[in-house]
Amino acid sequence: MNIGTRKILDRSFTAVGIGSIVVMALALMIVVVPIVYNGIGAVFFTGTVEHRKMLHAEFKRGDSQELSSEVASSNRYRAKIYDMLTGFEAELETMTPEKKAEYQAKYSQVRTALQALLGPLPGDPEPMLTRFKYGQTRWDKAEEKLHDLLFESKWDNSNPNVMSKEYFVSRAIGFEGTSLVRLFPYVKDNFENMLLPEFTFYWGFITDSSVDSHFFGGIWPEIQGTFFLAIGAMLFAFPLGVIAAVYFTEYAKPGFLNSMLRSANSTLAGVPSIVFGMFGLAFFINTMKVSESKSVIAGALTLAIMILPTIIRAAEEAILAVPKTYREASLSLGSTKWNTIATVILPAALPGILTGGVISLGRAAGETAPIIFTAAVSVGSAIGLADVFSSPTPALSWNIYNLASEHEAATQLRHVQYGMVLALVTIVLLLNLSAIVLRARISKKLKC
Amino acid sequence: MLMTTDMRKTSESVPVQKSTREIYLPPQRSSITGGGTAHIAAKEFSIYYGEFEAVKKVSVDILSKYVTAIIGPSGCGKSTFLRAINRMNDLIPSCHTTGALLFDGEDIYGKFTDEVLLRKKVGMVFQKPNPFPKSIFDNIAYGPRLHGVNDKKKLMEIVEHSLRKAAIWDEVCDRLDKNALGLSGGQQQRLCVARTLAVEPEVLLLDEPTSALDPKATAKIEDLIQDLRGSYTIMIVTHNMQQASRVSDATLFFYEGVLVEHAPTAQLFTNPKDSITEDYITGRFS
Ligand SMILES: Nc1ncnc2c1ncn2[C@@H]1O[C@H](COP(=O)(O)OP(=O)(O)OP(=O)(O)O)[C@@H](O)[C@H]1O
Ligand SMILES: [Mg+2]
Repeated sequence: MNIGTRKILDRSFTAVGIGSIVVMALALMIVVVPIVYNGIGAVFFTGTVEHRKMLHAEFKRGDSQELSSEVASSNRYRAKIYDMLTGFEAELETMTPEKKAEYQAKYSQVRTALQALLGPLPGDPEPMLTRFKYGQTRWDKAEEKLHDLLFESKWDNSNPNVMSKEYFVSRAIGFEGTSLVRLFPYVKDNFENMLLPEFTFYWGFITDSSVDSHFFGGIWPEIQGTFFLAIGAMLFAFPLGVIAAVYFTEYAKPGFLNSMLRSANSTLAGVPSIVFGMFGLAFFINTMKVSESKSVIAGALTLAIMILPTIIRAAEEAILAVPKTYREASLSLGSTKWNTIATVILPAALPGILTGGVISLGRAAGETAPIIFTAAVSVGSAIGLADVFSSPTPALSWNIYNLASEHEAATQLRHVQYGMVLALVTIVLLLNLSAIVLRARISKKLKC
Repeated sequence: MLMTTDMRKTSESVPVQKSTREIYLPPQRSSITGGGTAHIAAKEFSIYYGEFEAVKKVSVDILSKYVTAIIGPSGCGKSTFLRAINRMNDLIPSCHTTGALLFDGEDIYGKFTDEVLLRKKVGMVFQKPNPFPKSIFDNIAYGPRLHGVNDKKKLMEIVEHSLRKAAIWDEVCDRLDKNALGLSGGQQQRLCVARTLAVEPEVLLLDEPTSALDPKATAKIEDLIQDLRGSYTIMIVTHNMQQASRVSDATLFFYEGVLVEHAPTAQLFTNPKDSITEDYITGRFS
């Protein structure tokens, strides 16, 4: 091949390489940017006075005096609304029964919208669920709810050939000629005064438990559960995996049994995680009875079984990559086989073993399916270390799924879902980063 | 033009170097039968890789405190034979032996032989320098620690003593805590010798210890062998005829797994009995 063609080939390969990296980076950006943006929104956001009320009542946080003055100022603006409502209720009584029935229906819609915005109205019974005790805690959500109050959503299905279309009708029009018509512009104009939006840094999102299944509060139980499960899985799988790898590489006699074991191990690495979940339920809980029902220990064991093949493979490869000459040197000095493994082979293989371990740790933290049947609950408080043998735990991976698809108010809690995703991604990223740093440090120590 | 000058240079420099080095030679021993006791003895000893017989029915006495060189063309079984003496071949699953190989009268491949104990007494230095990725100190202290020396002062003594014996102390004494992989190839090889000496072996097996080294480092290793001569039973595999004649008392010539000739070095190089030996040492093939 002449030099010209060679150069052209080199250049075009470089171009293709750079191109594919750029495409990868773009794809990554498209995934990561919304996660980071929305996830951060769970911690940094514009919170309303309702949020501060909630924090004070549920978590005993915030300055009472400041809060009561805020509430007082907000109530001053809200009082007018309550007056209007009582006025209108009195007006209703004077109407003819047909008219009254017509307005009653619309009026109850208005009340519901107001409750969503501002919390329980005077005269309402104390709500059972915490989520109804407060108005909108986040300003962005409040603005959506304000729209719900001002406009009624209707569906246009006049044309049967096209899909129905949503359109909005001002509620104020429906109350033309009554005293309530003044309510709508009033709420709109005094909205800020009633809710007092303020930039909020809610670090409690990381450290608080959730209140009323993630309507308020944070995701600490999930984070802690994820750590418990992943680290628990590592405690079982890492030593076991390294020992197995040492056995495979150093002690196993080549033969039928050995090659069977190895291919079984490779197959195990490719088994879908849901199968491990079923296995964990059937074996650890139903057969071994490590716990009455779901528990952290059962989940950790299941995850351990799942990551074991990966750890074995990584450790095997790392051990095999240790130069033969180290082994020879050690043995020729009168070292026993075991001593050679412990003092020369394993230290030299450590960077590779650790990398495999941390990648598995990340996988254990992120897997959902194995813990569905063995360890995860959708709502729960953080458990103590002593409870791992008996209690299940919430965990990020499972709760992300649960919150996004099973939760009765999934659409209202997008910020929590994003927050959880960001937390999980961050945990896995930090783990991998620490692995890289650790590896680099050890390698450097080994080299020079 | 360039090539001719180059060639002249080499052909001039080689004899000069050779003659200067020979000045320092201690007198070589001239007998392989008397004067010493057999430290290692092979009797009808064969080594197989699976079906393939790499060393064929070798019978030989290696005398105590002698430097014995093993020469022969590539693939003739020199390394295989050498590695059999401290059972390094155990690492190769297909390798097995017949006949007897005795060390101090005991069968090396006997049922009850402790190969770990054997290797403590029969140290080996390999073709490629292979220090551990640890500090210089830890490299030397590795063996003594294995065998139960944990006292820091005692270890330091052993390390210094071994490094001095291997003639590398002056070069590394101020950086004992630095990684051994930072040393040059020649220094690494002498470090490996020191590491082997630190466990106080009786026999030193050297498998082409200088083939990866430049002439200067090679000379240092040869000097080292001269220094150790008389204190250890040394066996050295080499492709370098001059080296064999410079450092050894006796020489074994292997050809296709067969021990063709075993004679005092001076005799083997000046007056070989076998015609193949003669062909080999005169460079008619290699
Ligand atoms: N691990 C092995 N498995 C099978 N055959 C081997 C193995 N090692 C060496 N042999 C064979 O045994 C014979 C002797 O090999 P050996 O390494 O002892 O030769 P050598 O004399 O040391 O050669 P060199 O001078 O090139 O180092 C060769 O034919 C080689 O192919
Ligand atoms: Mg060899």
